[in-house]
Amino acid sequence: MSLSLQSGGAASRALAPPSTARAIADQGNQMTTRPITTGTSVLGMKYRGGVMLAADTLVSYGSLAKYKNARRLLSINSRTLIGAGGEYSDLQSIADLLRGNALNDRCTADSLYEEDNNEECAGEVWSYLRAVMYQRRNRMNPLWNDVVVAGFRQNPDGTTTDSPFLGVVDKIGTAYEDDVLATGFGAYIALPLMREKYRPDMEEGEARALLEDCLRILFYRDCRALNRVQIAKVTMDGGVLVSEPYELDTYWDFKGFVTNKGEMGTDGGW
Amino acid sequence: MSHQYTADYDAYAGKSAETRHLKPGELSTGTTIMAVQFDGGVVLCADSRVSTGSYVANRASDKIAQLHDHIWCCRSGSAADTQALTDYVRHFLSQLAVETGRLPEVKVAAHLMRRLCYQNKDNLMAGVIVGGWDPVCGGTVYNIPVGGACIPMPFALGGSGSTYIYGLVDAEYRENMTKDEALALVRKAVAHAMARDGSSGGIIRTLVATEEGNVRDYVSGNMLPYGPAGW
Repeated sequence: MSLSLQSGGAASRALAPPSTARAIADQGNQMTTRPITTGTSVLGMKYRGGVMLAADTLVSYGSLAKYKNARRLLSINSRTLIGAGGEYSDLQSIADLLRGNALNDRCTADSLYEEDNNEECAGEVWSYLRAVMYQRRNRMNPLWNDVVVAGFRQNPDGTTTDSPFLGVVDKIGTAYEDDVLATGFGAYIALPLMREKYRPDMEEGEARALLEDCLRILFYRDCRALNRVQIAKVTMDGGVLVSEPYELDTYWDFKGFVTNKGEMGTDGGW
Repeated sequence: MSHQYTADYDAYAGKSAETRHLKPGELSTGTTIMAVQFDGGVVLCADSRVSTGSYVANRASDKIAQLHDHIWCCRSGSAADTQALTDYVRHFLSQLAVETGRLPEVKVAAHLMRRLCYQNKDNLMAGVIVGGWDPVCGGTVYNIPVGGACIPMPFALGGSGSTYIYGLVDAEYRENMTKDEALALVRKAVAHAMARDGSSGGIIRTLVATEEGNVRDYVSGNMLPYGPAGW
């Protein structure tokens, strides 16, 4: 039985929905009610020459920090990156779906030459993903993720433009693009910081330092975050690059932190 | 708390599974706390994270509160409830010390805390470990979980993070440890709990209570014996 994603049970890549009654009978009427293994924020930012994504490598099981080396930033093809928070199994499904499409495209391309590039650009992946997520929402069985898509736009003749693309699709199919994005807790804590510091001509080092700073603050303030992180970038010349996970330094030696507050004369605790 | 579980489904509407039991904006010391008795005193240890749902409201709080000169408690559960309990116990203990002219015993402090927790069990969410030194019994530790039981033990674990370290502490605890061995054990255990429990984190605070006095120490969040990132 096919396990393709769009209709939660039908076989083809086409967007036409199957007859609803048969689809429900086929799949045994399972609905996603709540996420179990979850990833937290993903941050995205354009800079001079490309787009950068950042996320930690933690997948939580409720409040348990269960998987501390999980990959939430994934390449789809040689010029598109995705990153997602929310249900990790749904992210893996989405990655399989998109990578499957990319493989299909490569195998059925008219030309075998790399320069006649037939790969989907990030804008196309984003639009496709939005349709998938919205369809699933209509069946009350969402893919429980906020997915960030990063890469470049494409000209009608298939050549990649040098204008970077960054967009997000949420679990109910809302699609939005911008120069800086953040999902989950990052939207509350990191996005204001990123928006303040963002400039379109930022160098890669600056962009990375800003994202690392935001990830550090998220580690301080998000119970479901970790200080082991990954950064990924898409550039015009370099294609897609996803870093290995590494640990961020954290700062705890403020005088106010060291001071003890539980002694007799105090209010206690804070 | 029992009435919550028979309420209508509407009572859960819009509330995340993590914050359902809290009042709006209430803070929880989802926590790891631990105390170990050794010959001559006790070691108390706690993490420093105070959370509301997934937000870390305070990343460097002090969960080890003083009840009397040589008697301390570790607080877990609702921050407001445990601070209120601490205030009451301090008040009554200081009165008792004046009336008897002696240092109060740890046993008395623990039982007092226990009475407050037990008689108000419907309105409180507090798990507390009372530990200290007194001239009668030396160093003793009492575990007072949610509900208000009072259990004297050679070592005690508490808070949400404690579930992850029962195995570790069971394997590594030995009777008649020295002060330094006890300190090393609590730091290691709490660091491991902080690495796995999302509601625990930050810095490790320790306190050693002996006849001579109280010695506080602190392990910075980037110098933990076992880092949060782990594997």
